[in-house]
Amino acid sequence: MRTAEHRPAPPLPPPPVTAPGPARDRRRRRLAEQTRAYAFLAGGLLCFALFSWYPAIRAVVIAFQTYTPGSPPEWAGTANFTRVLHDPEFAAAWRNTFTFTGLALLIGFAVPFVLALVLNELRHARAFFRVVVYLPVMIPPVVSALLWKWFYDPGTGLANQALRLLHLPTSNWSNGADTALLSLVVVATWATMGGTVLIYLAALQSIPGELYEAAELDGAGLFQRIRHVTIPQTRFVILMLMLLQIIATMQVFTEPFVITGGGPENATVTVLYLIYKYAFLYNDFGGACALSVLLLLLLGLFSAVYLRLTRTDGEDA
Amino acid sequence: MSTAPRTLVSPAALARPRGKAVYWTVFTGTLLLFTLAFLFPVYWMATGAMKSPDEVARTPPTLVPDSWRLDGYTDAWELMDLPVHLGNTVIQAAGAWLLQLVLCTAAAYALSRLRPAFGKVILGGILATLMVPAQALVVPKYLTVADLPLIHTSLLNDPLGIWLPAVANAFNLYLLKRFFDRVPRDVLEAAEIDGAGPLRILWSVVLPMSRPVLGVVSIFALVAVWQDFLWPLMVFSDTDKQPISVALVQLSQNIPLTVLIAAMVIASIPMVVMFLVFQRHIIAGISAGSTKG
Repeated sequence: MRTAEHRPAPPLPPPPVTAPGPARDRRRRRLAEQTRAYAFLAGGLLCFALFSWYPAIRAVVIAFQTYTPGSPPEWAGTANFTRVLHDPEFAAAWRNTFTFTGLALLIGFAVPFVLALVLNELRHARAFFRVVVYLPVMIPPVVSALLWKWFYDPGTGLANQALRLLHLPTSNWSNGADTALLSLVVVATWATMGGTVLIYLAALQSIPGELYEAAELDGAGLFQRIRHVTIPQTRFVILMLMLLQIIATMQVFTEPFVITGGGPENATVTVLYLIYKYAFLYNDFGGACALSVLLLLLLGLFSAVYLRLTRTDGEDA
Repeated sequence: MSTAPRTLVSPAALARPRGKAVYWTVFTGTLLLFTLAFLFPVYWMATGAMKSPDEVARTPPTLVPDSWRLDGYTDAWELMDLPVHLGNTVIQAAGAWLLQLVLCTAAAYALSRLRPAFGKVILGGILATLMVPAQALVVPKYLTVADLPLIHTSLLNDPLGIWLPAVANAFNLYLLKRFFDRVPRDVLEAAEIDGAGPLRILWSVVLPMSRPVLGVVSIFALVAVWQDFLWPLMVFSDTDKQPISVALVQLSQNIPLTVLIAAMVIASIPMVVMFLVFQRHIIAGISAGSTKG
């Protein structure tokens, strides 16, 4: 037991006969407790209010206003939405974003899952594989984007150099209208795959070995075991990571901004990129906020599904 | 290892000669693939910076630089003002980390233990921001930072524009709160009976027990600021205030390729070193976070 200098009164003091009503005493103590609690809470609360809650409300408000910094905003009705919807880049941006997300989902699920499956079987150099696969995640996204921009250079880039070495036809990669988006998906997958692999690996390790033994006794071959044991056992993690990936890739910005600048011919303009353009190139903050609200509604839906799924998981664990 | 847990392929199958052959083929293939896919690009970057401008553009390329020149690195250091931009990044990351650690810890502790009135509502409001993807709100957030309500001050081109919004990190706050929730009640009550106030309890009882979660939050906070691009791109229009990620992109247009590559390597070193030092904790953290969200 440690001895504190200022010991409070023993836990249950006999109430003095002439005490000022115990109710008032309790109220004062509660007030002091609340003041203390809010003193702890204040800094964080202020930051959330200013930089999370207020901007969310403001996005909706400005979406219905004509807004130029410095001059008083004016109500614009739904003009921002109609203007944004009629922008030819709007359709391109959504198409690109959905294609990007779809491709990223396909490649970003299949490749890490297969890699994790293989890694889980290996008995040697396990730490090495884990470190190496996660290394690109720690490289700043701007650096990986610039790095791949150089690799994709049609003349001296590593990608075409390798193809020439193998006597294969070269490609325009991120500089060709029909290959640009796929090239960006490759960069994004390379740069973020490490985390996915590690999470799948952890999920695979939690599958009880008896399930595989039982399946094997029933005569299940390798692929049948993957189909009937591995995938059902990891289904929850797979679903979760897919949702997280959708939310993340729908907000893709760095790769198209750094590598292609949205080109060629708007082939890689994404929704977030368009938001950025509206705000900082066209100085049209109303349009930018209208776009943000649309993106927010869609992503909010995915997030709600994600939170619902994790919540139910949290309750039985 | 004989005690390895049973996985997809049975140990018996692996012990057979054919199984062994297949295993070592797969092992070698994976080793080659990983080296080629993940290590080679990094090697190519680090050595590309040491080639001469002619050599870097040569076809076919050289696998090993003709001579190991360091002037790419020294040029990058001077031409691109890397000390300034690295310094900016360090200041932004360190401040965001410190503020997050202090304010998020205090708020999480209050929500977990001090029963503030409307605590449930506040926690709900904080968790709701997890549903709102951060990037979708950058424009109104930018407008707020450019002209803070009531006091009408601009935080643009000021590290505070990174520090303060970084505190509004619901994920880290929730992580801390969940950890504080699990601190045994009798430990806290014992401290309370000893006469310790909430600050004293937080400082000398709760925090020493929370080292692992503080480590995780610290790494998340540092990495997030160091890797961020869109937000600092908006906040810092002043070139000498820009962090390295923004400066790299802004300067990439008119700088020789070898110098740019050298700058990219330098920009990657701090995070990669931190990863290699803490790799066991980071990898364990990611793996653990997955099985229990």
